[in-house]
Amino acid sequence: MFGPNFPEPGPFPGQNGGKRRMAKVLVVTSGKGGVGKTTSTAAIGAALAQSGKNVVVVDFDVGLRNLDLVMGAERRVVFDLINVVQGDAKLSQALIRDKRVETLSILPASQTRDKDALTPDGVERVIGELRDKFDWIVCDSPAGIEKGAQLAMHHADEAVVVTNPEVSSVRDSDRIIGMLDSTTMRAKKGEKIAKHLLLTRYDPARAARGEMLRTEDVLEILSIPLIGIIPESEEVLRASNLGSPVTLSNPESAPARAYFDAVRRLQGETLEMQVPSDKKGLFGKLFKRRVA
Amino acid sequence: MSLLASLFSRRGSAPVARDRLQILLAHERAAGEGQSDLLAKLHEEILAVIAKHVAVDRDKVQIKLDRGAAVSTLEIDIEVPGLKSDKNGAPSSASARNAAGATPAAAKPAGTSTDDKDKPAIVRN
Repeated sequence: MFGPNFPEPGPFPGQNGGKRRMAKVLVVTSGKGGVGKTTSTAAIGAALAQSGKNVVVVDFDVGLRNLDLVMGAERRVVFDLINVVQGDAKLSQALIRDKRVETLSILPASQTRDKDALTPDGVERVIGELRDKFDWIVCDSPAGIEKGAQLAMHHADEAVVVTNPEVSSVRDSDRIIGMLDSTTMRAKKGEKIAKHLLLTRYDPARAARGEMLRTEDVLEILSIPLIGIIPESEEVLRASNLGSPVTLSNPESAPARAYFDAVRRLQGETLEMQVPSDKKGLFGKLFKRRVA
Repeated sequence: MSLLASLFSRRGSAPVARDRLQILLAHERAAGEGQSDLLAKLHEEILAVIAKHVAVDRDKVQIKLDRGAAVSTLEIDIEVPGLKSDKNGAPSSASARNAAGATPAAAKPAGTSTDDKDKPAIVRN
């Protein structure tokens, strides 16, 4: 495809001689910006890889790439998604292998180029190639409902809808859920796309006091199954400061445990839903189980 | 007292958020299923009917919309100049009100912004 000048891809862990594996494309999306898409992409991707799966996290946020930074790979970016889409680089040249988890790779977004450089045909080809190499392809969607967000979700088999317990985030999530059911490849083929709600920045104490939408409220409004509740935690900022998914920077922390549980549910396990807490005392115990 | 009051008044912003979202999203979902142009269509058709009989100044058409949980109201206020039946010569006004909701029977009397001497046309959806 790229001519004889390019060597065959290096030995990526997921590679299996071109035989199709049951790869899953997962889009992490939300509509609204700043709700935790990139943080969640990094944490979910890392947690999946930590469970032994071959995972690539793909940044679709062309022009405003940040997944590389959150993953701590910003200094290793040479080629990006658009280089691969346009045929300027081979996929294997653009993939960056994580230094902490062997089975985790990142495909960064371009920082400077035109958004229109991401073509539907090109994305389809790259996703197809990734399906041959990995078990999970986790796509970090840009905010908004425009072309970039639509491209990120187009090939998805499953979607994680990241939502804050806040009115504008819930409204935008509702729009995104509508788009998942109408504009994606699966929707157009009349197939279902599995949608999961990930509630982030949740504060159980404030919800219990009636100051914040409760899990039940958000679930009732959006009516898609809940995959996890990530508590508001200083560990999340600490992780991004360090350039590490929170499941790697502090696996024992409350948000990391919540992401690990979410990833187990993503893989079909049934677990009791709870909001993990870092608070020791009575307070933490009190609110630990107060969820839907 | 003030501490209690402030505690009490703070309770309840989340239920308000939930109720507002439920009403808004009920409408936005309906809009997503192809009803988004219903109001625009009604607006155009009502105007067309009236324009068949009298000259209507597009700048003198006011549209108000209130989306509620059970009932939505659409008010189209059209200023109709120089109706012959209007002996005072003052502009008349016709108003159409659309009740689009789960219980259209709950439509309230129309015409809050209607000139009372004209009977408003009531359009039910």
